[in-house]
Amino acid sequence: MARLMGLTGNEAIAYAVKQCNVDVVAAYPITPQTIMVEVISEYVYNGEINAEFVCVESEHSAMSACVGASLTGARVFTATASQGLALMHEMLYIASGLRCPIVMGVANRALSAPLNIHGDHSDMMGSRDCGWIQIYAENAQEAYDWVIQAFKIAEDPRVLLPVSVNIDGFILSHSMEGVNVLDDDEVSRFLPPRRPLITIDPAKPITVGALCLPDYYFEIKFQQIQALREAYNVIREVNKEYESLSGRKYGFIESYAMEDAEAAIVCLGSTAGTAKAVARELRKEGKRVGVVKPWVYRPFPEDDLIRALGDVKVLAVLDRACSFGAPFNALCSDVVATLYRNGKDIKIFNCLYGLGGRDITPSDLRVIFNEALEIAETGKVKEHMKFVGVRE
Amino acid sequence: MLIEVRWHGRGGQGIVTVSRLLAYAALMDGKYVQAFPEFGPERRGAPVTGYTRISDEPIVIHSQIYNPHIVVVVDPTLIGSVDVTKGLVPGGLMIIHSERSPEEVKKSLGVTDAKVYTVNAMRIALDILGRPIYNTAMLGALLKAAPLASMDSMAKVILERFPGAIGEKNVAVIKRAYEEAVGV
Repeated sequence: MARLMGLTGNEAIAYAVKQCNVDVVAAYPITPQTIMVEVISEYVYNGEINAEFVCVESEHSAMSACVGASLTGARVFTATASQGLALMHEMLYIASGLRCPIVMGVANRALSAPLNIHGDHSDMMGSRDCGWIQIYAENAQEAYDWVIQAFKIAEDPRVLLPVSVNIDGFILSHSMEGVNVLDDDEVSRFLPPRRPLITIDPAKPITVGALCLPDYYFEIKFQQIQALREAYNVIREVNKEYESLSGRKYGFIESYAMEDAEAAIVCLGSTAGTAKAVARELRKEGKRVGVVKPWVYRPFPEDDLIRALGDVKVLAVLDRACSFGAPFNALCSDVVATLYRNGKDIKIFNCLYGLGGRDITPSDLRVIFNEALEIAETGKVKEHMKFVGVRE
Repeated sequence: MLIEVRWHGRGGQGIVTVSRLLAYAALMDGKYVQAFPEFGPERRGAPVTGYTRISDEPIVIHSQIYNPHIVVVVDPTLIGSVDVTKGLVPGGLMIIHSERSPEEVKKSLGVTDAKVYTVNAMRIALDILGRPIYNTAMLGALLKAAPLASMDSMAKVILERFPGAIGEKNVAVIKRAYEEAVGV
């Protein structure tokens, strides 16, 4: 029996982690993620989960402890944000390189300097190429659902890669919403205890992470590339199984009103919700607009994106992190590359928005949609890179 | 219909708590809800705002609230230093913690196109709780002015959040504030 709870994004992730019967959580608090690990530490203290909570002295140590725990065969969770994720950067590659199926909650936050605690995607985009599966949730419900699926995806022997589940700092981490939660038993059946292929064991010593020179390093990395490709199929399977359990349908991409859309916004996370609300209003005015929200950012779902786009003429791709000096920011670069590889001639412009938590309002999104519709009319892109809501 | 509520108070007065309690009660009534604080660091005593969204349909919007339908002023000492009427929709609703009549408060706020309710939340809190914790009294006054949640659900949510005698007393606070709040 499903139950309705009022949970913030942080609490929703913590609750999912509890139901996933994690063995080890090693984490260091950082705004706006702090409540996530705080709640988990309460679960551990109250005996609600039989897990080891490791208080570490930094995020670098947090991920190091997670890697060690994961290698023993434990189910492992951690959470971080911003500078914490940046400090982990080195260990993120070790987690993926050693094929540790760790799940990490990230309450996305801007990077210093200047110091800022509010939401943007600079932290995860800064570690974009770390070999992790990367998922962005739109609301607390999605955050809860993805965490449970994330463990199943990560631990699948065809994958064995870490997964980050991202929620917009404050916007989702601190907002309470209704969340339908599954029963503990249902989650346990969906996600049985981890069955590791190889574990480190003092009784049978093995070497992990040994020196690997030009003769083999590339092959190891190629295996990671293949695993991430294989994850594509596993994610699809897990989404299907989760749908039959929960009734909630997930995939690589969520499309909203794309059937006959002329213009669409592509964006990650909570902004997609606001964009959907605006698209619904514009539809009432007879404007053919839609929204495309990648749930899974890595592996980037090329085929699903192409399918979702249909016959759209113009795309406004919204990025909440800056790739300084690049022709486009991260999400837009991926969309452009996908269109190019598939021979799609769709007009495109990139909107950088919301840095340091600057709010993106319905009227901002209305302006973006209208500009996209104008381009659909004229066929001319005026500015390839727009800066939404900035004082120049 | 989507209703947006803005709560004014000071850090430590339970502004986030009431914004969530209202949302939770409405959730129990089958509504869709969001409750969120003013984003940023929390500072005891500093002016803070909290927000609640309630709707009959799923809420997908995640931007901040600029034009609330309802403003609740939990701490009356903020009036004058914080523009509590800012962005209130025409024909909106204000629920003010005050011992004065709604007519007087409405006049002093210079509000013309809004309905104003007042309640002496401090008196109710001191009478029942014996302590100047008056955030839940403002919940009761709000429910009188706008039926955003049923009293049954509100009582259930309060008792879940504050088990035992303290919960019972807060339910009594809410009910008395509901009775005493008057609007014009």
